[in-house]
Amino acid sequence: MLRFLLRRVTLILPTFVGVTLLSFLLIHLVPGDPIEVRTGERGITPERLAVMRHAMGLDRPLWQQFLGYESQVLHGDLGTSIITQQPVWHEFTALFPATIELSVCAILFAIAVGVPLGVIAAVRRGSAFDYGLMGLSVTGASMPIFWWGLMMILVFSVALGWTPVSGRISDAFYVEPWSGFMLIDAWFSDDRGAVASAASHLILPTIVLGTIPLATIARMTRSSMLEVLGEDYIRTARAKGLGSLRVVVVHALRNALIPVVTVIGLQVGTLLGGAILTETIFSWPGIGHWLVESIQRRDYPVLQGGTLLVASLVMLVNLGVDLAYGVLNPRIRR
Amino acid sequence: MSGSEVEAAVIAAHPPRNEPGSLRLFWRAFAENRGAVVGLLLMVLLVAVALLADVLAPHSPIAQYRENFLTPPAWAHGGSDRFLLGTDDVGRDILARLIYGARLSLLIGLSVVALSLTCGTVLGLTAAFAGGIADVAIMRLMDILLVFPSLLLAIVIVAILGPSLFNAMIAVAIVTLPNYTRLVRASALGELARDYVTATRSAGAGTLRLMFDTVLPNCTAPLIVQATLGFSSAILDAAALGFLGLGAQPPTPEWGTMLAGALEFYQRAWWVLTFPGLAILITVLAFNLFGDGLRDALDPRLKR
Repeated sequence: MLRFLLRRVTLILPTFVGVTLLSFLLIHLVPGDPIEVRTGERGITPERLAVMRHAMGLDRPLWQQFLGYESQVLHGDLGTSIITQQPVWHEFTALFPATIELSVCAILFAIAVGVPLGVIAAVRRGSAFDYGLMGLSVTGASMPIFWWGLMMILVFSVALGWTPVSGRISDAFYVEPWSGFMLIDAWFSDDRGAVASAASHLILPTIVLGTIPLATIARMTRSSMLEVLGEDYIRTARAKGLGSLRVVVVHALRNALIPVVTVIGLQVGTLLGGAILTETIFSWPGIGHWLVESIQRRDYPVLQGGTLLVASLVMLVNLGVDLAYGVLNPRIRR
Repeated sequence: MSGSEVEAAVIAAHPPRNEPGSLRLFWRAFAENRGAVVGLLLMVLLVAVALLADVLAPHSPIAQYRENFLTPPAWAHGGSDRFLLGTDDVGRDILARLIYGARLSLLIGLSVVALSLTCGTVLGLTAAFAGGIADVAIMRLMDILLVFPSLLLAIVIVAILGPSLFNAMIAVAIVTLPNYTRLVRASALGELARDYVTATRSAGAGTLRLMFDTVLPNCTAPLIVQATLGFSSAILDAAALGFLGLGAQPPTPEWGTMLAGALEFYQRAWWVLTFPGLAILITVLAFNLFGDGLRDALDPRLKR
């Protein structure tokens, strides 16, 4: 087990170096000199430009610059935003909880709805419910979520007036930011209405971001359940006279969930990609919204640092899923 | 020689008459999946619409009817028969824009898939045949690309290249490249161990001939499936880029770009939002249904 763990962890190192190289090249491939981009319309004298280029190390060979960048990254220095002059790392950590809160709610929603639906579809294989659910699941997986989100706003916010259009909480409440998770912070604030407000802001983005994972999880649960339900030990359990609910939930589902867990882990990239669109539509102040704004403002250090952080996060989660899978399924440890 | 082998030899020597051809067998397996047939019909319809856009479209996709801006669809209150699905904020006919948009979306799907399929095949075959350092280098690069959420990577690439439909297509092709490379490498490695490859090699076939003439044709089934599903994700990603203002630029009638243009007033004019999104959904759905059906029919092992 330890060897398996060590091998997986060492395998990740070259990938990390590659990811930093890619994000390093990003800033060097952007048309225009980084200093001229920074000075913008005001312009700069050639002498001053040379001085600044030297100060920033831009006159050194590319590989030396990359090594410098690599060591900066490893020391946690991801550069400074051109627009706000804040370190990228600070901006990221300030906005990250909003994205996590949304993503966690979305994946919980997808699991809570998708797993039971998939189980029912598998048990009633070939029924109208099964066909209906599979049809919906393909549709969900094909959904352009940016359109889906706007349609939800149109129906639930504009026509019915049930939910707010954007943001994390109504302006009427002031909530002390403590954990960064609005639901938790609102819970501990004195205002009882704050939780309801935060929840009502969260509900549409959660559904929108959770739609594609929901479709994937429901489908995966169904096919995994179908496989498990055909196993000998299920027949044995039935033959023992156990109730069918007990057989399905205790015997079958527990084993069927192993591949589903992997699929859930692999959804992290999809979730973070989807968060870019969802946060843009709902003006949700998270990482996705921040990255899209950084493009519009040509704030390349933010785009570079943010991309690197998101990629590192996906890498770590993938590693975690890999390790968890090794624990759950000893056959793949080798 | 066992009984079944004798039987196989006899059948090979005297093929029974009226044996359905492989195409018909494939169609039988494919048609079993009703969703796949629906997907195929939708695809045929879309291709027809795209090809006949000049005939079908009631107006030019960029003509602005100034006196008719934000006209509701024909059946809604205030609608007009001249504009079946209504008009947008500058009085362009939405139906005409959707029809021309079909042409654009299919073109995007086709170009992206062609580009990433070609590059992925070459890279995957190279990795499988060369082995060693080349294999490790190519597959590591693919791993690195896979670490980035695909939409984010596409956004970053477009940010470097500058927003345009062409650059968006390049970005989406790069983002989907790892899927094809991995698939080709895995299937090619599986084939390389087979006897027929060894036989061809000892008959004196060169590496290029082995790669493209001997091995590749035997890897096509999973590639066709991946390409079909890649079509839908290409259309979806390109539309998302268009929506973020990074893809096709107005007044191009690209569906995602149309949605971006609708952002300011969709709360007053639902039709400006609803129809382009439905068009994207139906197109992506058609290719996904068709791709699922293909997978079931081409690879019976995956079928449930």
